[in-house]
Amino acid sequence: MNGAIEPRTQGEPGPAPEWAGEEPLVFELGGDLGVAPREVEVGVTTRPLAALLPGVALRAAPPAFPAVPEPVLARHLGRLARRNHNLHQGIYPLGSCTMKYNPVVDEELARLAGFADIHPYQDPGDVQGALELMWELERLLCEITGMARISLQPAAGAHGEWTGLRMIQAYHAARGDTHRSRVLIPDSAHGTNPASATLAGLEVVTIRSNPDGTVDVADVARHLDSRVAAIMMTNPNTLGVFEKDVLEIARIAHAAGALLYYDGANLNALVGLARPGDMGFDVVHLNLHKTFSTPHGGGGPGSGPVGVTEALTAFLPLPTVERDGSRYLLDHDRPLSIGKVRSYYGNFGMLVRAYAYIRAYGSSISEVAENAVLNARYLQSRLRGIFPMAVTSESMHEFVATTKGSRVAGLRALDVAKRLLDYGVYAPTAYFPTTVPEALMFEPTETESKRSLDLLADVCAAIVAEAERDLDHLRSAPHETPVSRVDEVEAARRPVLRWRPVE
Amino acid sequence: MAYLPNGADERRQMLEVIGAASVEELFTSVPERLRHPVMDLPEPLAEQDLVGELERLAARNRPLGTLDSFLGAGVYRRYIPAIVRAAIARPEFYTAYTPYQAEASQGTLQTIFEFQSMICELTGLDVANASLYDGATAAAEAVMMAVAQTGRNRVVAAGDLHPETLAVIRTYGRGRGVEVVTTEDVSGTVGAGDACAVVALPGFLGTVAEIAPVAEAARTVGAISICCADPIACGLLTPPGDLGFDIAVGDGQPLGIPPSFGGPHVGFMAVRQELMRRMPGRLVGLTHDRDGRRAYALTLQAREQHIRREKATSNICTNHALTALAATVYMARMGGAGIRRVAEISVQRAHALAAGLTALDGFELAQPDRPYLWEFALRVPGDAETFATALRRQGIVAGLPLGRVDPVRHQQLLVCCTETTSPASLDRYVEAASRSGHPLPVSA
Repeated sequence: MNGAIEPRTQGEPGPAPEWAGEEPLVFELGGDLGVAPREVEVGVTTRPLAALLPGVALRAAPPAFPAVPEPVLARHLGRLARRNHNLHQGIYPLGSCTMKYNPVVDEELARLAGFADIHPYQDPGDVQGALELMWELERLLCEITGMARISLQPAAGAHGEWTGLRMIQAYHAARGDTHRSRVLIPDSAHGTNPASATLAGLEVVTIRSNPDGTVDVADVARHLDSRVAAIMMTNPNTLGVFEKDVLEIARIAHAAGALLYYDGANLNALVGLARPGDMGFDVVHLNLHKTFSTPHGGGGPGSGPVGVTEALTAFLPLPTVERDGSRYLLDHDRPLSIGKVRSYYGNFGMLVRAYAYIRAYGSSISEVAENAVLNARYLQSRLRGIFPMAVTSESMHEFVATTKGSRVAGLRALDVAKRLLDYGVYAPTAYFPTTVPEALMFEPTETESKRSLDLLADVCAAIVAEAERDLDHLRSAPHETPVSRVDEVEAARRPVLRWRPVE
Repeated sequence: MAYLPNGADERRQMLEVIGAASVEELFTSVPERLRHPVMDLPEPLAEQDLVGELERLAARNRPLGTLDSFLGAGVYRRYIPAIVRAAIARPEFYTAYTPYQAEASQGTLQTIFEFQSMICELTGLDVANASLYDGATAAAEAVMMAVAQTGRNRVVAAGDLHPETLAVIRTYGRGRGVEVVTTEDVSGTVGAGDACAVVALPGFLGTVAEIAPVAEAARTVGAISICCADPIACGLLTPPGDLGFDIAVGDGQPLGIPPSFGGPHVGFMAVRQELMRRMPGRLVGLTHDRDGRRAYALTLQAREQHIRREKATSNICTNHALTALAATVYMARMGGAGIRRVAEISVQRAHALAAGLTALDGFELAQPDRPYLWEFALRVPGDAETFATALRRQGIVAGLPLGRVDPVRHQQLLVCCTETTSPASLDRYVEAASRSGHPLPVSA
C-alpha cells in the first residue's frame, strides 16, 4: 500500500518505526506542570488548609512532574512495552530463574475484588476467605516440601533466606547454643545466600565443589564444628546437578548440631517427585515466582515462603494463620517468634496466584518436574555438539554450557547472549555460576514446546556458525533490537540515575 | 497437563534424542528412596472449577468497595485510574524478568528510571532506587545503611512510627546487634553514639509533627536522619529532602496499588547523593547504545549480592518492579498537581468527618492539639472494639480499634478519609455513631 512505512533496515536512510528511536521520558511528553486531572468534588464544607494544618509546612509547589494526558501516556506505555522481551513473545531460558509461562486465569483471579480490595486490618470475620486460602496454601506447600509449617510472609527468595537464617539463630539460642556464628555455603551458591547470611549477622565460610559440580563432603566435614549454625544448599545445585551426597551431608550436619537450609530456587526439578524435608533439610524457602508460576513482573513482586521442621515452628515470624474449628485467625501471640519480617501477612496477591496454580495441577504436580527435566535434557542433547558442557554429570531442570573450548577460539558467553536477542530469544544466564568460565546457564522450563526448544538449538547452531565466519559481527550484536549494545561502563562511570530539568 | 505444551509423540521423540527409555530414567541421580513421596494433594481442577473455587473463597471476604470504609493505618483505598491496571496487565511488563539484558528490556528499564526520577521529585532527594518490598522493610534497609555508614549500632526512633515498621526494624536489627530505642523526643535523644534518627511523616496516628529539627540534631552528632513518609503526603507537605533528611523511605501503595490484604505493595527509598553507593537494591542508569541513542541499564551493581556476595549492601534480589510500575503510571497520570489535589480532598473530608463526629456527645479527638492530615485518633464513648462491631453490622468499617496496637488506647479508633470515602458515607458514619449508644437493628 502506498505510503506505508517500511521497517528500517541496517544502513538505509528513511523514517524509523516509532519504537526504534528514543522514547521520551514522562517528563518530556507534555502535560502542563501544576495542572491536575479532573478530580471528584470535595463535597464537604471546606476550610483553608492553613486553618486545618496550623504550623505545618506545605510544599511551595507540587512535585515537578506533569499529569500526562491519558492518550499520550497510553502510547508511551505501548511503545515501551514493545521494547521488552516477554513470555508471550518467546522463550526466556534464564537459568536459576525458572521463567515458566504464567497462567492468565491466575491474573484474573488475583484481581477479584474479594482478594484485591480487602484490607489487612479488617475484622477477621470479614476476611475468612483470604485466611482460608492462606491456611490451605500452607498445607499444600507443606505436603510438597515435607515440612511441618510454612510462613507465607517473606516477599522474595532472599527475604526467605534471611528469615530462615534468623529462625536457625533463634533455634540455637533457645537451646543455649550461642556460639554458632558461621554458615557453610558452597562456592556455586546464589549470591543471595552469603548476602543473607551477612544480613543475619552470620559469618560465611565457602565450601569447595567437586569437579562434578557437587558439594565436596570432605570439605564440609572439615569445616563442621560447634561454631557452625547451618549449611545452605541448593538442590539440584546451580549446575542443575542433584547433590548425590545430600543424605550424608544432612547426617554429619545434624551430628555436629548444625541445621541444613534448602534454597528452593531449583525446586522445579523436583516438585512432586522428591521433597527437601525427606532429604533432611530443616528449613526450606520457596520462590513462588519460580516453581509456582507467579509472574516475575520485570523484577518482582515475588514471594518467598519459608518452611521449617517441627523443632523450629515456635520461631516462625509473626503472625501465623491458624484454624479454630471452622474459623480462621491470625496468631500474633508467639513468644519465641523471631518477630515481624515485613508489614502485614505476605504478598497476598502472589499467594492467590500460586494457590490457583497448585490447585490446577493438584495431585498431578509431578508432571511439572518431569517435563521441566525432560525439556532441559532434550535441549542439552541438542546443544552438545554446539557448546561444551561445564560438567559431565547428569543435569536435571537446567544445565551449564560454556563457550570456552568451543569450535571458535575467542567466543565469549556475552557475545552469544547478545546475538541471541537478535533472534527474539532471551539470553540464558551468563557468567553464573562463577565457578564456570564463560558460563551460559540454560533453564527452558516445562512450558516450552519441543518446537520452541528446537528453535533455540537451531539459533545457537547458527550463531556458532556465524562466529566461525565473522566473529566481529557477533561482538557488535545485538543489531535487531530497539537499541544496539548498551554501554554499561558509561552507566556505571558517570551515574545518571534520574531525569533533571534542563536548566 | 494444566500448562504443558508437549504431547506424547513429542515426549517420545525427545526421549529418543536424549537416549533415555523413560522420563523416570532422567531422575536416577535422585536416590530411589526419596522419589515419589506419598503426598495428600487434591485432584487437579479444570479451569472452570478452579475459577469456581477461587470465587468461593473471594466471596467469603467483604471487599472495601462494598462497605463504607474508614480504615487506613498504612494501607489506603485510593482511586486507581484505569490506565494503571491496563499497564500492569500487559504481558510485556508482567511476564518479563529483571532487566539483565538491557537491549531486550528497555521498556522495563525506562519505566524504572521514570519511577526513580519521580520518587526523587516527590521526596526532594537526589537518588532513588528501583524499589524495595514494602515501607517497613525499606525503613529497615535504611537503618542498616545508617549502621554501615556510621559504624554505630543504636537507633533512635520516634514512638509514632507505624508499629509494623518499628517491629520490622527491630527484627532486622536483632541479628546484627542493633539496639532500637523509641522516644517522643527524637531530636533531644539522638547522640554521638547513634547510627540514625527515624521519624514518620505523618505519624501512625495521622498527625504531623515538626520534624526538621530531628534532621538537624542528627547531622550535628554525625547520625543519619531517616524519614518514613507517605507518598501522597509528600505531594502536599514540604518533602523530607527539603526538611534536611538524608533518607526518605515509605510504602508506595497509595500510588495506584490496591490494598490486596497487605501485599504486594512497594517500598521506595531516596537518599542524598553521598549515600548513593550504600543503597540496597537495583538502580537503573541512563547511558547510550553503540549508535549514541539514549538507553538504560542496571548500574552500580558492585553494591549487589550477585557481584559482592557476603559484602553486598543488602541481600535483596527480586524487588517489586511491577508494583513500582503501577506507581510510575499513577504518578505520570496524576502529575504532581494531581497528587496534591488528592491530598487536599482527603484532608478536607477527614476534618469534616472529625467535626461531625466530635459534635456528638462523648466523641472527641484523642490528640486535639496536633495537626493531622487524613487520619485522626477518635475517642469514642466506651470500648472502641464494641463501637466498631456495632458499626460493622451496618456496613461501616469505623476505623482501626487502637487497643490492638496499644491497650491504653482501647477507647480510640484510627479513622481515615481519602478521595474514595464519599461525602454520603461521612454522613452515614456520623448518623450511625449518633445512634451507637442505643440498641442497634441486627442485620447480617
